[in-house]
Amino acid sequence: MILDAKVPPGPIAQKWDQHKFNLKLINPANRRKFDIIVVGSGLAGGSAAASLGELGYNVKCFCFQDSPRRAHSIAAQGGINAAKNYANDGDSIYRLFYDTIKGGDFRAREGNVYRLAQISVNIIDQCVAQGVPFAREYGGLLSTRSFGGAQVSRTFYARGQTGQQLLLGAYQALCRQIARGSVKMYPRTEMLDLVVIDGHAKGIVVRDLITGEISSHAGDAVVLATGGYGNVFFLSTNAKGCNVTATYRAYKKGALFANPCFTQIHPTCIPVSGDHQSKLTLMSESLRNDGRVWVPKTKGDQRSPDQIPESERDYFLERKYPSFGNLAPRDIASRAAKEACDQGRGVGPGGLGVYLDFADAIKRIGEDGIRERYGNLFDMYERITGENAYKVPMRIFPAVHYTMGGLWVDYNLMSNLPGLFVIGEANFSDHGANRLGASALMQGLADGYFILPYTLADYLATSKQAKPSVNNPEFKKVEQDIAARTKKLLSINGKRSVTSFHRELGKLMWEKCGMARNAAGLHDLLKKIPALRADFWENVKVTGQTESLNQDLEAAGRVADFMEFAELLVRDALMRNESCGGHFREEYQTPDGEAKRDDEHYAFVAAWEYQGEAKEPVLHKEPLPYEEVHMTTRVYK
Amino acid sequence: MNLTLRIWRQKNAADGGRLVEYPVNDVNPDMSFLEMLDVLNEQLIARGEDPVAFDSDCREGICGMCSLVINGIAHGGFRGTATCQLHMRHFQDGQTITIEPWRAKAFPIIKDLVVNRSAFDRIIQAGGFVSVNTGGTPDGNAILVSKDASDHAMDAAACIGCGACVAACKNASAMLFVAAKVSHLGILPQGQPERERRVLNMVRQMDAEGFGNCTVTGSCEAVCPKEIRLEFIARMNRDYARAVLKARS
Repeated sequence: MILDAKVPPGPIAQKWDQHKFNLKLINPANRRKFDIIVVGSGLAGGSAAASLGELGYNVKCFCFQDSPRRAHSIAAQGGINAAKNYANDGDSIYRLFYDTIKGGDFRAREGNVYRLAQISVNIIDQCVAQGVPFAREYGGLLSTRSFGGAQVSRTFYARGQTGQQLLLGAYQALCRQIARGSVKMYPRTEMLDLVVIDGHAKGIVVRDLITGEISSHAGDAVVLATGGYGNVFFLSTNAKGCNVTATYRAYKKGALFANPCFTQIHPTCIPVSGDHQSKLTLMSESLRNDGRVWVPKTKGDQRSPDQIPESERDYFLERKYPSFGNLAPRDIASRAAKEACDQGRGVGPGGLGVYLDFADAIKRIGEDGIRERYGNLFDMYERITGENAYKVPMRIFPAVHYTMGGLWVDYNLMSNLPGLFVIGEANFSDHGANRLGASALMQGLADGYFILPYTLADYLATSKQAKPSVNNPEFKKVEQDIAARTKKLLSINGKRSVTSFHRELGKLMWEKCGMARNAAGLHDLLKKIPALRADFWENVKVTGQTESLNQDLEAAGRVADFMEFAELLVRDALMRNESCGGHFREEYQTPDGEAKRDDEHYAFVAAWEYQGEAKEPVLHKEPLPYEEVHMTTRVYK
Repeated sequence: MNLTLRIWRQKNAADGGRLVEYPVNDVNPDMSFLEMLDVLNEQLIARGEDPVAFDSDCREGICGMCSLVINGIAHGGFRGTATCQLHMRHFQDGQTITIEPWRAKAFPIIKDLVVNRSAFDRIIQAGGFVSVNTGGTPDGNAILVSKDASDHAMDAAACIGCGACVAACKNASAMLFVAAKVSHLGILPQGQPERERRVLNMVRQMDAEGFGNCTVTGSCEAVCPKEIRLEFIARMNRDYARAVLKARS
């Protein structure tokens, strides 16, 4: 298989404009003849469904939550990047493009990233017009702030709830289309499989989570906007319901899965408090602007932090990376914290934490100054830990936060399966091996509002496919497969709960395929994961029936897919014999412990093709030629 | 900690439902309330019983999916805290805790503690938006918004649509929810062209869904996890009166 990214020729700044002109259009009167299926209602799915509805397509949108307003985009705190250069500090589209490519450790596709930077400016305009209450200056203009990995102030924000406000903007646009009848919304409905007919994506099979009814939906195109797979680690900052099922099912139907080993670990999360932990909570990265990260110099120091004198503290980020200090990028800060804990110098329960200390900042600008900047975060920290971070240092630890990998897509955001489009976190295209802060919201909305409506029309206009129908026997076959799988899950009636399997899988993945990986550990996982999976299918206990709301059954289906997907992630990590971005292989590091990239052998996108049960997937490589940006080593010392 | 839970169990919408008592032992004070229920569910599954159905997703207080009435108070009664951020250290060893779903005619129970809040979506569909299509919008800085207006709008826009305001209200009124959206958009310049039709249509839909009227007891404000203020209801009433008068003239 030859992977054609279909990046248009010509100078990088003109590619998208020229391409938009070349794309075929659909006459407004003909649009209503096309049925489009959108799965997911977050920033990407919600904005896509609304925009396609406005254009006149007949859209069906699905989400597993009780309302499209609850998708996990809502939890994003910090902000959204845009190359507006309102701050007059030297920002430009080219600079945002460059920062994103470099931040991604040179594993993203240049053409896509440049387009993302171009579109970033339109997103802000769109959201302002919708009534998103962005922060303002006294003069009434939009306010911006700076964020990790950038030297300019280009991040727009709405308090610490930027994701919520952008999502509500998209949700409200979607609601307007639902009222018009151009979008039909299916909440509490979960996609369980993709239907492919004659090589083209032609629909999905879903389960109504209230009644348990399995039904088919045919469409001229299918758009997956189903988010990332961070919950393969069980504990992550993702919502409880986030899962890999939609994208993994598409992979099993022939879509290629790209770079699954590129996972992002966020350095500032609240540490695990015990075995009961069900998820992890992120504390905004902005805290590192004023907090100082440290651990005791001596191993196993049990004194309370106020009893440890200055001379016996190790401010390890400031020591190791004097020029960036506490603002070192996410991947680097996370690894440094892990290293300190591995040396036995971690703090808090189990020694899995480091201090984030605001004492100096409080001395400098006072407690009120800190409260003004981060009050809501300090409150949230206290709600969860019961500790007052104005008096004692916060404890933080890295946690899985975002996944850069996803289904492979070309420049048109279409997977190798014609008619299957993948947008937002669910695709792989823009963040390379590491995503910069405030770029996820930008990508989700760029894909949904401004890219997909153009490229989808071109597919519909040029593919000349017959109108799909749920009467096609392929739909029946997929429905039967799902019914059989559900029946199997309910009939095992073993001894262990679904959660206990998920927790065990997550622990294995975190220990051996988390912040640091090595070949021996990964080989070990390739033995342990299949064994755990076999145990799952023999010993899992799923209660209840299929004909009603059954949260245990929902979880079982998702965990079953994670059990298979985990193996793919590990295989990808084992194949990639280099360290880059969020993927750190211990064998490939410099003498002082920094990541060592191998551009000669690994400057490619790894796209995996499913071959069938118990068969190894086949690797396809999309080379990443860098025509604009010169590949350099990321240095933050 | 050892606790006794009295939990509302109801098979489906047609079932009558009842409170069932469950002892839960060895609860860690650092657990969140929902993690404590996870522990109970693990025990129920081990015994082959149907686990308690309850809604949750983000578990960090922003998605608005979680929805429990704990000892008679929506979200448990800790200021600015949704159920998912409530931790067990606030409870005492040996305590009995009663857990019920949101109760309102417009929020029918689906199963156990899970209710149907789609009425909220239909209220937003009736007018809780600014009618702009994708593309063709002016530069973000072409629309000036004073910092005060932006902050004020944000106070209202922070609503997570959880429905606690309805659950807490003796009339099951949705006024705080509706007022938050009417105010968010009504304060900003972007929302002015549709200000009258928005409030009329949203209030009409709110009434059609079967929510009760507001008698300004303030219980909604007291339980709101985002601390949305009662003043927005006053603001909506004013907007509504203005719209009605304008429509007549």
